[in-house]
Parts: sequence; structure tokens; C-alpha cells
Amino acid sequence: MNGSKTLTLASLLLAAGIAHAGATLDAIKKNGFIKCGVSDGLPGFSFADEKGNYNGIDVDICRGVAAAVFGDSTKLKFTPLTAKERLTALQSGEIDVLSRNTTWTSSRDSAQGMNFTGVTYYDGQGFLVNKKLGVASAKNLDGATVCVQAGTTTELNLSDYFRSSKMKFTPITYDKSDESAKSLEAGRCDVLTSDQSQLYAQRIKLAKPDDYVVLPEVISKEPLGPVVRHGDDDWFDIVKWTLYVMVNAEELGVNSKNVEEMKKSANPDVKRLLGVEGDKGKDFGLANDWMATVIKQVGNYGEIFERNVGKGSPLKIERGLNALWNQGGLQYAPPVR
Amino acid sequence: MNEPALTPVKPPLWNNPQTRAIAFQVIALIATVAVGLYIFDNTQNNLRRLGIASGFGFLSSPSGFDIIQTLIPYSPTSSYGRVFWVALLNTLLVSVLGIVLATLLGFVIGIARLSKNWLISRLALVYIETFRNIPLLLQIFFWYFAVLRAMPAPRQSLNLGDAAFLNIRGLYLPSPQFQPGFGWVLAAFAVAVGLVWHLKRWAHRRQMATGQQFPTLWVSLALLVGLPLLIYWLAGSPLAWQIPELQGFNFRGGWVVIPEMASLLLALSIYTAAFIAEIVRAGIQSVSHGQTEASLSLGLHSGQTLRLVILPQALRVIIPPLTNQYLNLTKNSSLAAAIGYPDLVSSFAGTVLNQTGQAIECIAITMAVYLTISLLISLLMNTYNRRVALVER
Repeated sequence: MNGSKTLTLASLLLAAGIAHAGATLDAIKKNGFIKCGVSDGLPGFSFADEKGNYNGIDVDICRGVAAAVFGDSTKLKFTPLTAKERLTALQSGEIDVLSRNTTWTSSRDSAQGMNFTGVTYYDGQGFLVNKKLGVASAKNLDGATVCVQAGTTTELNLSDYFRSSKMKFTPITYDKSDESAKSLEAGRCDVLTSDQSQLYAQRIKLAKPDDYVVLPEVISKEPLGPVVRHGDDDWFDIVKWTLYVMVNAEELGVNSKNVEEMKKSANPDVKRLLGVEGDKGKDFGLANDWMATVIKQVGNYGEIFERNVGKGSPLKIERGLNALWNQGGLQYAPPVR
Repeated sequence: MNEPALTPVKPPLWNNPQTRAIAFQVIALIATVAVGLYIFDNTQNNLRRLGIASGFGFLSSPSGFDIIQTLIPYSPTSSYGRVFWVALLNTLLVSVLGIVLATLLGFVIGIARLSKNWLISRLALVYIETFRNIPLLLQIFFWYFAVLRAMPAPRQSLNLGDAAFLNIRGLYLPSPQFQPGFGWVLAAFAVAVGLVWHLKRWAHRRQMATGQQFPTLWVSLALLVGLPLLIYWLAGSPLAWQIPELQGFNFRGGWVVIPEMASLLLALSIYTAAFIAEIVRAGIQSVSHGQTEASLSLGLHSGQTLRLVILPQALRVIIPPLTNQYLNLTKNSSLAAAIGYPDLVSSFAGTVLNQTGQAIECIAITMAVYLTISLLISLLMNTYNRRVALVER
């Protein structure tokens, strides 16, 4: 781990010199694949199955970007990263895009030199406890030992929450979420705190998921989204609009199955989205029908959600805040125009 | 007959070996500085281009996170600079304790390795070959995930005489609470130390003059323990103990040795002790057997032979490689990050780096600290080595 950090640092010192505006996209086209940073194992978001294929919302975003750039959603190289490694990996150019349940914050957008391209999942921080403790609310956690992942916003929110509630706690910070989960099972800590989606995902990985319960309190806003480096606007636009295309497609009723049919639609919004009318696709420097390719190969936002974390998955998470804006949620994309 | 004076022909400047030597040095220096400047400038430009903040201003901003083990007062409102000191002290704590334990264990096992008792020497051999040949990280995981994870939950803690408790959260010990008047006890201890020092000098002088021996060890021990105890009793027992108590989720009060610290310390000292044992064995074997025979024939018994004849000579061989082991132990303590012990690498080069995004500054500071610690240890050990080194006459 030290080695990789030193290597990252060295590349930050040296390789950064080669980069110039637009360099990321040029390099991607030259390499023929996109280097996508994902989680080191979070069911529903990015998780490698037994054959080594990655699945999840975060993975599908990268697949969408690959479909947009190359017309082929498999032209990807995944790099699994811990929470601690992820930001440096992006800064140093080890990856082109970070799609790893990362919270959008002001300091990451400014001082850390990154651009969040949108919100793939509106989340909030919660607590997972063993039912045996008999704790019904986070307000009863005074004096508890809490497992948390190092280098996350979660770590900061946790301190804020206990401080403002005038409660004490003992933090145990691990690099990997698996270690936190194992420690919770072993009883090293009473509580595991993370984004709620992660808690549900961690719970199904435990030996006895039914012994554990997620407390009702949500103590923070955690808008999770893909991140790129500062200074490469063309690349930023492509990643940003890949997500918007997926959301727009859901809103317009276009999905991976009906996309060819919908090309015949009379709706001008659909026509522009699918590249039947106008040059909206070409404006990105990509094929005119790249948006249709993304939808065809990866799907619209609703499909991606249900397949990975919703009804079609073991997680069974409700759409909630992640429903479309016209269905009571927050997912809203600017129009293709 | 006038011979022309033989004036040496002055070689041209570029053929003068001395000038050349200096010129090459200057060129090498300029090249090094130039490369350094280039890297520095390049880094600055790129950080600016990527919009990443640089400089050390972040050290005074509040950290916002908690740390499990702090030797100095710390809260989430403390600065990142404070995190640095907390983390550094945690690193030093585990390194110093590790060095002391590894040295004690290593010397015992190294001497046991040479024991005439077959069983003892074989046991020492098995210890050395086992722990020396298993990677340290695995040993840390073994202690942390296999041994200390098997401890009971807080409510089922192992009760050690109603004062200390052992469970999966750590070892809870009673902590001393100093009452007014305890200062006298400390003063008594200081006086005892002074007396012992004088006693040793006096006993040495007397032995040199008359050959009579004085039981310095026992008298010193009696002084060091007895005098403070007497004052403690006279001052009315000015010391209370805070016993840890089970409250809510955990024990509260007293001192706690967290399992992260315990497993790191165990693994570091047991692993390094195996190397130290081999160094000690080699050192002792480097002293020729004639020395032992001479010493025994002078009437010294085997303990005295070891203490007065063999070890002082063996130390000359032992100290330099021992220094290496101390340096290794200190640097290996950075594996703490793997089990969540809040050392310098885990808390500062890990969490702080991540929360601020200032990778270059954090890594540079951390590297500078390890370099400084290592150089300090080398300096101390070299000074000691110079004192025990063979004085050639």
C-alpha cells in the first residue's frame, strides 16, 4: 500500500507534466480504453462477481461513458480503490474517471482539484447495529464504539453528529469497508456507520444479515457521483452528459429494449436524444447517435437502478430520493437541446 | 656551464587533475540542483493547472475527525497539525515499547539458543526459525484477527482480580490518580536514584582498593523501592486507583490498551526479537572460547563470566546490526495502517492526506519524520557503539 502511494506520488510529480488541457480525452482515444476507478467491493455499486466481471451503478456509469466514447461499453479497465486511495489516484492520472460512491463536497470541488459531474445516487449517512444491543435510535449510542472507513466524509459527519448531540464515542477507522463489517460481526465495534446504501449492501454480506438493523436516523446529505480532474472540459462534458442521457431517457420512456423503435418516435425530444434529428451528438466530438448507443448498451437510469440496487437486486432499495423529479424524487437532468 | 633552469612545464588548465576533479563535482552539483528545481517547478505548475491547493496552510485548519488513541489532548476541533503530533506520538510509543520488548526477548532467546540444555536451545531455535520466516504483516493479522478477536464481549469480560478487565475492546487497567503529597514520593525516588549512583561509585572504589565486594544490587533495589514506599506511607498514601467500570456499551475510566496497539506491539517485538536473538548468538560466538576458559579458571562463575567477560566483548559485534533492527522495527511500525492503529502513516499520511487532498505535503512531512527518527536512532546507537568499541592501544 505504501508502495502504491509512493508510486502515485511519483506519477503526480512527473507524469503530470505531460498533461495539458484536453489530454485526458486524447489519451483515452489513443489507449482505446477508459481507466475507471471503482470501489473495492460494494454490492450494488461496484462488485466483482466470481468470474471477475464488475457490476453495479458506479460500474454502469463507466460502461455508459465507454459506450459514448467508443460505441462499446466493454472498453474499460477497472481499478478497485479504497476510500483512502481514490482521490490521489484521480489527481495523479492513474484513472480517468472515479465512479466510486464518492460524496460531492465543496473542498473536493475546489482545493482538491476535482469536478463532480452529477449525482448518480442521493444518499445519507446511517448506522448499522446488532439487534442484540437493543438500540432503537442513534440517540442511544452514547459511549458506543463505532467502525468507520478512513478518509471519508462519513468520518467527519460521525464526529459532528456525536459532538452536536453531546455524546461520546470511540472511533475505529479501517481502510476497507470489509474490515469494518468483519469488526462489527466480531463485536470489536457496536456500530458500523456509512452511507445508508452501503449499510444495506454490507448487511447482505454479513453471515447473519437478519441479526442487524439499520437505525432510522439519517445524519447527513451524501450526494454520490462520478468525478474527473480539473482542466479537461471536453472530458468533463462527456462524463456529465452520459448520466444526463440516462436520466433523460428514463423521463422520455426510452430504454435499452425499445431504443430502436423509439427512433421512429414523433417526439422531438426523443429524436434529438437518439440522434435522429440535429447534431447534438456531434457537438460533443462523438458519433451523432452516441446517446442512443449508451441507452442501448447500458440502459436508462431507472433500468440501471432497479437492476443493481432496486427490485431486481438482493438489496431491494426503494427509489425514494432517487426517483425522477416528476415522480417525487430529485433526479432531474437538463434537456438535450 | 650554465644549464637552463628546469622549470616544470605547467599543464594546461583542463589537464590539471585537481581542476578537473573540482569541475566534475561542480557539474554534478549543478545537474542535481537543476533536476531538483525542474521537479519542484513542474510540480508547482501542475498543481496550479489542476487547481489543487498547495502549501502548509492546511496544518492549522480544524481536522473534524476523532482518533481512537491520543496521548495528548485532542478533539475534532483541533488542527491537522495537532493530528500530526498525536499520530507521531502513537508511532513513537509503539516503536519505543517495541524496541524495549524486542531487545529483552531477543537477548534472552539468543542466550538460550547457546544453552547447554538441549531442550532450551532447541526451543529457542524453533522460535527463531518460526517467527523470522513468517512475513510481519501476516503476524500482525494473526494477532489481531485470530488471537485478539477471540476475546469475549465487554459484558463477558475476563475479570482479572476485580481491577483489570480483558475483552475484545482491549485490556482495561486501573489508572493512578495522584493526590496532593504524591510529589514527596517522587522526590524520595529521585533521592534514592542519587544515593544508588553514589553507592555504586563507592563500592567500585572500595573493590578496586581492597578487593572486597559489596552487594550493590540488593542494596540498590532496597533503596529504590524502600525509600519511596516509606515516604508514601508517611505522606498518608497519596495515591488512589480508578477502576474501570462497565457502563452502557463499554468499560469507562482507567487505562485501556486497545487491541490494535497490542497486536502491533506483539507482532513487532516477537518478529524483531527473532532477528535480535540471532545477532546476540553471533556476537557471543564471536568471543573466543579461550576467554570463557580464562574467566572460569580465574574463579568467576558462569553468570559472571557472561556478564563481565563475554557480553562486553560481544556487544562490539552486536551493536551495529542491532541498530539496524531498531531502525527496521520503527519503520515496520507503519504497517499499523493495516489494522487501524492510528500511527503516522495511518492517521496523517492516510486520513489527513485524504481529507485535505494535499498528497505531496503530507507524504513529504511523513518521509521527513521517518528519516529524522531513523537518523536519531543511528546517532544514539553509534555514540553508544563508540563507547563500547575496542580501544586500540
